[in-house]
Amino acid sequence: MPKITVNNKEVEFEEGMTVLQACELAGAEIPRFCYHERLSIAGNCRMCLVEMEKSAKPIASCAMPAADGMKIKTNTPFVDKARKGVMEFLLANHPLDCPVCDQGGECDLQDQSLFYGFDNSRYKENKRQVKEKYMGPLIKTQMTRCIHCTRCIRFATEVAGIPELGAIGRGEDTEITTYLEKSMESELSANVIDLCPVGALTSKPYAFEARPWDLKKTETIDVMDAIGSNIRVDTYGWEVKRVLPRVNEDINEEWISDKTRYACDGLLKQRIDSPYIREQGRLQKASWDEALKLLISKLKIYKPEEIAGIVGDLADLEMIYSFKSFFNKSLGSTNLECREDKIYINPKERMNYIFNSSIKGIEESDFILLVGTNPRLEATILNARIRKAYLKNKTKIYSICNPGDLTYPYESLGSSTHVIKEIESGQHEIFKKIKKSKKPIVIIGESALQGNSGAYVFETLKSFLLNNNFIRKDWKALNILSQNASKVGAIDLGFYSISNKNNFIFFDKLANDDFKFIYLLGADNINFEKKDKFIVYQGSHGDKGAEIADIILPGAAYTEKNGLFINLEGKLQNAYKASYPPGDAREDWIILKDIANMIKKPLGYNNVNKLRELIKKEIELEKNVDFDHTSQMNFVEKNISINPVDYYYTNVIARSSKVMNECKQLSKKLLFTGIEKAV
Amino acid sequence: MKKISKTQPELFEFSPENLKKAEIEINKYPKEKKASAVLALLYLVQEQNNNWIPLAGIKYVAKLLNVPYIKVYEVVTFYSMFNLSPVGKYFVQVCTTTPCMIRGAKKLTDVCKKYISKNQNELSENKICSWIEVECLGACVNAPMMQINQDYFEDLDESKTTEIIEKLLKDEFPTPGSATGRKNNSPEKGKTTLIEVKNA
Repeated sequence: MPKITVNNKEVEFEEGMTVLQACELAGAEIPRFCYHERLSIAGNCRMCLVEMEKSAKPIASCAMPAADGMKIKTNTPFVDKARKGVMEFLLANHPLDCPVCDQGGECDLQDQSLFYGFDNSRYKENKRQVKEKYMGPLIKTQMTRCIHCTRCIRFATEVAGIPELGAIGRGEDTEITTYLEKSMESELSANVIDLCPVGALTSKPYAFEARPWDLKKTETIDVMDAIGSNIRVDTYGWEVKRVLPRVNEDINEEWISDKTRYACDGLLKQRIDSPYIREQGRLQKASWDEALKLLISKLKIYKPEEIAGIVGDLADLEMIYSFKSFFNKSLGSTNLECREDKIYINPKERMNYIFNSSIKGIEESDFILLVGTNPRLEATILNARIRKAYLKNKTKIYSICNPGDLTYPYESLGSSTHVIKEIESGQHEIFKKIKKSKKPIVIIGESALQGNSGAYVFETLKSFLLNNNFIRKDWKALNILSQNASKVGAIDLGFYSISNKNNFIFFDKLANDDFKFIYLLGADNINFEKKDKFIVYQGSHGDKGAEIADIILPGAAYTEKNGLFINLEGKLQNAYKASYPPGDAREDWIILKDIANMIKKPLGYNNVNKLRELIKKEIELEKNVDFDHTSQMNFVEKNISINPVDYYYTNVIARSSKVMNECKQLSKKLLFTGIEKAV
Repeated sequence: MKKISKTQPELFEFSPENLKKAEIEINKYPKEKKASAVLALLYLVQEQNNNWIPLAGIKYVAKLLNVPYIKVYEVVTFYSMFNLSPVGKYFVQVCTTTPCMIRGAKKLTDVCKKYISKNQNELSENKICSWIEVECLGACVNAPMMQINQDYFEDLDESKTTEIIEKLLKDEFPTPGSATGRKNNSPEKGKTTLIEVKNA
């Protein structure tokens, strides 16, 4: 390995590293504004200057490739003077408005000027003044503060794949803007706020809300989609003020989607803060005692087979497990379902319902086939990985169905199930391409598994991959893209009703009105007619579920309890409590435990540790599912169509959020961009 | 920062001749690098559209080269040779960089202010002429000078400039070149060397 000497310390570095990276290996910290590990190198801020032996001038370490035998110094007066000079230029036009700037306290420029800045300015001319730019409802701009590092431009062009930001004008007049000040049409747009090293791009909903040092920071997990992005929730008292990404190389790198970041204001609105009972058609506030007494009296009326339970999209494992044991043990009912629609599942093996090749594995892949999915809206972060793979390896991407602009080019193979039949029998042109590839990925979306053709699509593709040795120990090409944070966990815990012949037994019973009593645990996205059914809704927000309910029990949202979540890859992650439930609301598993105790059929655990032990046992347990589909599937002809995803409105929290509502209204007006369609 | 005109044509398309020229320009570069033709195409747009580039023209070029609009927009705003709002039929560009400034470019701009319009980028009263200060046009030996449309007018002073501008305002195009009558940038008072060589 080549060696480099940094401040008289010799270190080995990998071929292809820059001087800056090599310096970091040696433990020398280099100040920087424009350089970012995950973006291309621009080399325009000049803050990272270092001294190189035999060079009369300082070099920009971020752009200089490290070479064997280089001698670098980072702590000499020469370097210090160079950096001070750069800093003085940067500050020449930067306004002195730190006290009113939202970046204050977490600003790179502020921090670094502490070391390299002068205490006064020699610049006597007028400072540059730049007009504010409009970039949509999420990004607030104060372009006078901009130091032209172009991180935001590079992010939009490279990672987000939406080349909408650019630098117009030149020299002192350079301005960062979108084309004619349109809002950015990306689900990752707000990441430019984190990237901005100064206060030029700040968060619009969070503007003047709080100072970073006033906030309580809790590291937790996101539930807006099945990705399970790692986030940090910043709270001030009860209020969740903002959500920021945390680095997790395996899942979200350091990006999060706009929904993850900005749906948090929905946690303050439409909350259920006390139990309600429907009296003469109107919901009336009630006490816990009254509500639970009514609930128990109703439970006594109905037979176990008339009672059904549906778990929602934001549920943690504690909720799901308690709910299941409450139904099985206390009520004696097995009518349970976690799916929102007739989506085929095969829970025989764990690999049948998770994303086997893992999100990180996408980067290694050399062939990607999307089946009835729009990953851009269903799993934004995953889509960014596919784009990364496309940029890095020029991975070929094919799609059955046409999902629209995915930020990378792909070839559409039509939408009929015939395509799958042809691929399986080897008639299709891409059959050879799959065969040739070493690590192919097939991503099956929920839309493809829907309805009567779902079983055919899944089982055929699976057996095709098995027969061609693409499901082996080191690589599993079969991937299911779940859309809900609770889905994989619920299937792991056996929260579904299927029989050998009928995968949708629950939905058929529901449609036949076999159920008279339905318990909705945070389930708002399921469609059925109420008629004379008695409905209990337990959840955090007053939405579709609460609207039809006869009894409402207030539960906690995802930031208000400790909970376990399993993401679409099957990774178990712990979410921590950042805030507390409002009013009389309580953690959901405790409510269920209390009801079970009141009907004298306890669940058998009283504290969360015991509960978690049981959950972990249940997940690890070898499941003996009575479900067999090894026989040849009959061909079902159908046109697979991707269900439209109302991206900003997928769950109760997002639907309650004012910011998400604004985004939705705006996205309705806009056409999709890229190259052809923009106005 | 250049101002974008508020009145914009709805559509822009190359004329058949310009489309042919554009194709020649695009073919000069490898297929995957055809975005490199952006400057040449923008010049064609400007030529066809009375010396300014409408937004529709930016879009047209972007679509032709298969690049995002913002990329073409960046180029247009970067180079001062591109106009984003209408200019006069006679577009006067007065050089005010150091050599011209020393030789009295200020007087030229004063004349423009007096006869054409008070401010830069404004049309004259009869709507056919506008003027602008520009950086070095590369004819420092003949300072002070100005460019009108495609032609250079050199070795100017106050009275010569007035003459030229008055002609322009009458919709006549004056003869380009040096106002003192010297050939190109030969010495002011005739040749001093190589006198015996006729064609030098």
